Amino acid sequence: MPTLKIPTPLRPYAEGHSTLNLPGQVVEEVLEGAVATYPLLKKHLFNDEGKLRPYVNIFLGEDNVNQLAGLKTLLSDADTLLIIPSIAGG
Amino acid sequence: MNIYISADILDQIQSHGENTYPNEGAGLMLGKEENSKRTIEKLLFLENAREEENQHNRYLITVEDMLWGEKEADRLNSSILGIFHSHPDHPNLPSEYDREFAIPWYSYLITSINNGKAAGSRCWRLRDDRLSFSEEIIQTLTIR
Repeated sequence: MPTLKIPTPLRPYAEGHSTLNLPGQVVEEVLEGAVATYPLLKKHLFNDEGKLRPYVNIFLGEDNVNQLAGLKTLLSDADTLLIIPSIAGG
Repeated sequence: MNIYISADILDQIQSHGENTYPNEGAGLMLGKEENSKRTIEKLLFLENAREEENQHNRYLITVEDMLWGEKEADRLNSSILGIFHSHPDHPNLPSEYDREFAIPWYSYLITSINNGKAAGSRCWRLRDDRLSFSEEIIQTLTIR
């Protein structure tokens, strides 16, 4: 199963886990599995319209999945996804 | 909630805000959290990646800078505990825009810069409901 690494700020919403192993053939399925398993994660990853919040970036290794096929990027069982926040404010 | 920062590091944050005035300056605060006690030990000063014309009231730290920050934190056996940024000619309170983009758990230290001079810093943490912030009281440490 692909691995999803949880950044420090979001670990309290995943019962303290730093990594999750979740089934999924594409990025979207892994993220859906994460929020189904840990519902408290949902509002920090997705907005009310169900879209990824603007500060949430998903990396497959060194590549931002936005530069691949986005949430439809295909995964293998050995792949590791990282959630890297970008920071904005005013 | 308290956050512990040396007087020297707080001074560096405020000087950075003065140097970037009239634009917003920002960076990362690295340190350790032990038994819920947060202590800032090092700063990473970063470029404000917003478009030049918007930097007076907006800041952006790119995902590439965050990746670099995470690696630096690992190298230093430290963690990214939060973000500092300045509010040129505005109070050191989180704006609605700050709240919209805030990430839980991180400490957000805001320094008010009035007419180019630092006018105080306060620190905030987003509540779990994402609707508002709680203040973290800055405890200034004097290093002898």
